[in-house]
Amino acid sequence: MAQPFRLSRGGRIDRSRPIVFEFNGKPIHGYQGDTVASALIANGIHHVGRSFKYHRPRGILSHGPDEPSALLSVDRGPGRVDPNNRASVVEARSGLRTHSQNHWPSLEYDIGAVNDLLSPVFVAGFYYKTFMWPRKFWDKVYEPFIRAAAGLGKAPTQADPDRYANRHAHCDVLIVGAGPAGLAAALAAAKTGKRVILADEGPEPGGSLLHDPNAEIDGRPAASWLEETLADLDGRENVILLSRTTAFGYYNHNHVALAERVTDHLPTASGQAPRERLWQVRAGEVVLAGGAHERPLVFADNDRPGILLAESVRVFLNRYGVAPGRTLVFATSGASAYTAALEAKQAGLAVTIVDLRLEADCGPEVARLRQAGCEVLTGHTVVGSKGRKRVTGLIVAPVGSDGRCGGRRVLPCDAVGMSGGWTPAVHLFSQSRGKLRYDDRLDAFVPNISAQSERSAGASKGTYDLADCLAEGFAAGAAAAGSDERRTFSATPTLTGFQPVRVMPTDDDPKKVRAFIDFQNDVTAKDIKLAVREGFQSIEHVKRYTTTGMATDQGKTSNMNALGIVAGQLDKPLPAVGTTTFRPPYTPVTFGALVGPARHALFDPIRTTPIHGWAQSHGATFENVALWRRAWYFPKPGEDLHAAVARECKAVREHVGIFDASTLGKIEVVGPDAAEFMNRMYVNPWAKLANGRCRYGLMLKEDGYILDDGVVARVSDTCFHVTTTTGGAARVLAHMEDYLQTEWPDLQVFLTSTTEQWAVIALQGPKARQVIEPLVEGIDLSPQAFPHMAMRTGTICGVPTRLFRVSFTGELGFEINVPTDHALAVWEAIFAAGQPHGITPYGTETMHVLRAEKGYIIVGQETDGTVTPDDVGLAGMIAKTKTDFVGKRSLARPDVIATTGRKQLIGLITEDPKTVLDEGAQIVADPNQPIPMRMLGHVTSSYWSPNCNRSIALALVADGRSLMGRTLHITTPDGFTRATVSEPVFFDTTGERVNA
Amino acid sequence: MLLIACPHCGNRPETEFRCGGQAHIARPEAPSAQSDEAWAEYLFVRKNPRGVHAERWCHVHGCGRWFNALRDTVSDRFIEIYPMGAQPISELQSEARA
Repeated sequence: MAQPFRLSRGGRIDRSRPIVFEFNGKPIHGYQGDTVASALIANGIHHVGRSFKYHRPRGILSHGPDEPSALLSVDRGPGRVDPNNRASVVEARSGLRTHSQNHWPSLEYDIGAVNDLLSPVFVAGFYYKTFMWPRKFWDKVYEPFIRAAAGLGKAPTQADPDRYANRHAHCDVLIVGAGPAGLAAALAAAKTGKRVILADEGPEPGGSLLHDPNAEIDGRPAASWLEETLADLDGRENVILLSRTTAFGYYNHNHVALAERVTDHLPTASGQAPRERLWQVRAGEVVLAGGAHERPLVFADNDRPGILLAESVRVFLNRYGVAPGRTLVFATSGASAYTAALEAKQAGLAVTIVDLRLEADCGPEVARLRQAGCEVLTGHTVVGSKGRKRVTGLIVAPVGSDGRCGGRRVLPCDAVGMSGGWTPAVHLFSQSRGKLRYDDRLDAFVPNISAQSERSAGASKGTYDLADCLAEGFAAGAAAAGSDERRTFSATPTLTGFQPVRVMPTDDDPKKVRAFIDFQNDVTAKDIKLAVREGFQSIEHVKRYTTTGMATDQGKTSNMNALGIVAGQLDKPLPAVGTTTFRPPYTPVTFGALVGPARHALFDPIRTTPIHGWAQSHGATFENVALWRRAWYFPKPGEDLHAAVARECKAVREHVGIFDASTLGKIEVVGPDAAEFMNRMYVNPWAKLANGRCRYGLMLKEDGYILDDGVVARVSDTCFHVTTTTGGAARVLAHMEDYLQTEWPDLQVFLTSTTEQWAVIALQGPKARQVIEPLVEGIDLSPQAFPHMAMRTGTICGVPTRLFRVSFTGELGFEINVPTDHALAVWEAIFAAGQPHGITPYGTETMHVLRAEKGYIIVGQETDGTVTPDDVGLAGMIAKTKTDFVGKRSLARPDVIATTGRKQLIGLITEDPKTVLDEGAQIVADPNQPIPMRMLGHVTSSYWSPNCNRSIALALVADGRSLMGRTLHITTPDGFTRATVSEPVFFDTTGERVNA
Repeated sequence: MLLIACPHCGNRPETEFRCGGQAHIARPEAPSAQSDEAWAEYLFVRKNPRGVHAERWCHVHGCGRWFNALRDTVSDRFIEIYPMGAQPISELQSEARA
């Protein structure tokens, strides 16, 4: 198919493999090896987007990752839509559907372009200045408007169907960038036998060599040298060569993150390979050889489609065999653009050169181009461009050393290559926290003091000559691998050197000229000047006020021009202005790559108990408790939560219920000093606790507030079986270990988590003893021999058990600890044995209701990290005779022993027994008091109690224990409701049932 | 991500560790004898230096053991790793004064 701007020969594309993709619904033909940008240009398309703020037509500026304007939405099929892809780095392939962004109704006719006419209004800080008053407009008018205008592209709406991989790797030398410097570094490092990773963002390694067909290295064409070098590296076991892999983040201690794009370029993905792979590399040494970015020239209307960077023109010509236009003007302030111009001329295009430098300041490049038949206008500035959706001419004028412009002239053209010099890509170096130095000669910031084990080489260090890049890269690679080998290369000299320029001289009113600095964020030179006039002096503030260098640009094309203008306005030298902070990522990274395989079931580990499958097959509904899945309730057909819980609650109090308490945290505290250690960690006394007896333990932090609770059994003189809350297990063990290792290393104690070794079957209710009696051996279950709060060892169903007689329901109850592997068998045996007694499985919801009926607290529900034992009525647990335990001193703090004002645990009896309060509802004494009201406290637990046949609630209320019988007012979604303060026990207030 | 040399396991990534805050704050021998002010100081007052900081670290997702470390909070460089109960050999002076 016709590709009118495809050159008849040349380029690294495969002309035997044509491809076709869509751009805004139209088929675009190209070849294997094209990018979306090169194929569009081959078809004469430059206008591919609308700018962010002014909706100006924008084209393709660059050939690489610094492209600020040509941002496309790329559609690879259902669920595979990504916005903001730079057309210059998306590899073209059949089946892709690409769309331009930021316009309505279409790219050609965009209503938003009215913003361009209103540009005098949309100056720097427009939002800050405009959306201030009136205050009531903030939420309803301004925010929706700003939200609608903000952001580039449209976020995908479907879940991402692709798979992403994550890989950790170690190497001795990581080399970023496989251009001449990086390749030479890899050669040197690989020879030493050290492990080398060489990563390059492009589809093929080579960097600038890929578009430099006339260059020679060591007497042979650069292309041959490249081929030999790659073959050499490829053949070495110790080298990993990664293409399509961007090093986007440089973190602490040489931890570098790379994003590898594995399958996007393939027309049909195998289904096996991941779409992308995140490499987390820990490198001994890093060599940064990421190259440099060319600077645009800043002149009026420098953003017309068809105006490209000069080196990008070269790339399109040589690498893709594509002419950006037929009549080209190169506008430059330096020598490198002459190489591009000469090659364009050799490709048969009409070429004119406009050079800001005076003839005397130029090198032999001028004569060479004139010799080739090109007009070269030295000492000329660019004052504007013609055209709208495509450049049609460049307006130039001679400029003297005094900066005055002479008569204007229009150079008709259909493409422009501009060059304002070069900026080393120091992004990764800066991310590594290395310190930059301003180099006057290069007019650029270059790496100076390293903060980590890294070194830069080549253009990223400001070295632009090919032979120098190779030698410098080789030396860097050798040094990184611990060798001092050096070598020189012979290579075709590179045209380098430029005259720094911030804004091209013009005879127009500078207040009216719209010369773009940051193409992506629509920031002009006058915006930057305005920001400085308004008092923004720090470059970091100017950046945020004007938005220059934000989004995917991250200062690649815009940074130096912006810095230079700020320095000029402030009349300060450039290094005194400094540069903005470079932050990861260097180029955009998909969320998929960062998330990797951590999705769905792999997002967070799920912990299940040995009874989980049984609960599932008996219809349980589950809830998440920390990482655990716990059975919440066991609905029978037709039952909702309410009905199921009511039935389960009744069954436990009248017959017997079975409950999976395996998630309880368990810690075995063992050693000669175990009792002493327990004495120091818990408020309770432990020394005199007899073997085979249990105690409810309360643990504080050093600040005196409750950290955790749980029943503790003394197994022997030197062994305690400690239980913790389900969510607190790891925290409690860490807390104990910290004190044991760091405060009392003299104590002889071992701490072992046994949470997953012991499964716990809670059997609760008046018939509990009858159910297990036939199954237990070696334990006398009679109330006299085995009272409440005792623990016995024996067997159940032939399985060894630590049998606790404890209760979190207020009923006669057992917590049967058995080895996890046997738990399901024991559970099923108990369930079968309980059938004649009406055994009922119950879940966590019923467990909560039953304990609330008894006023038993749950740490984290009745406590919130500011609650002392006395606050929840547990002061009696505190050992009277111990001189010290963790938290004891804090219980004597003035705020803790205050006689008034502390929030205390009480019960609430609603006036209407059917009203169930909201947990978290606020409590006041007088609902008619003026707002803001004085809050007395809040509801901590609230349920419908089937056994009390009314609602019950626990609350923390200031001085609550002195308010017994008083009426308080509790917030509801509709206002207030009334309740009476009571003791926090609602059922079996004398507590006799546990002793049955 | 920091690379931390656990004295028992060797170099491991930061995600395996938990930082326990400022080191060398000994729990008083007799807390009950402490004044309210002294106790509040012990509980709540911590340094936040720009430069070298003595910290407690625990290799929680490894050997589970605590140790002390000197870390420069500016450069994130670990200057010294030493056992619980010991004092560092290096001086507590920032290397990043420049």
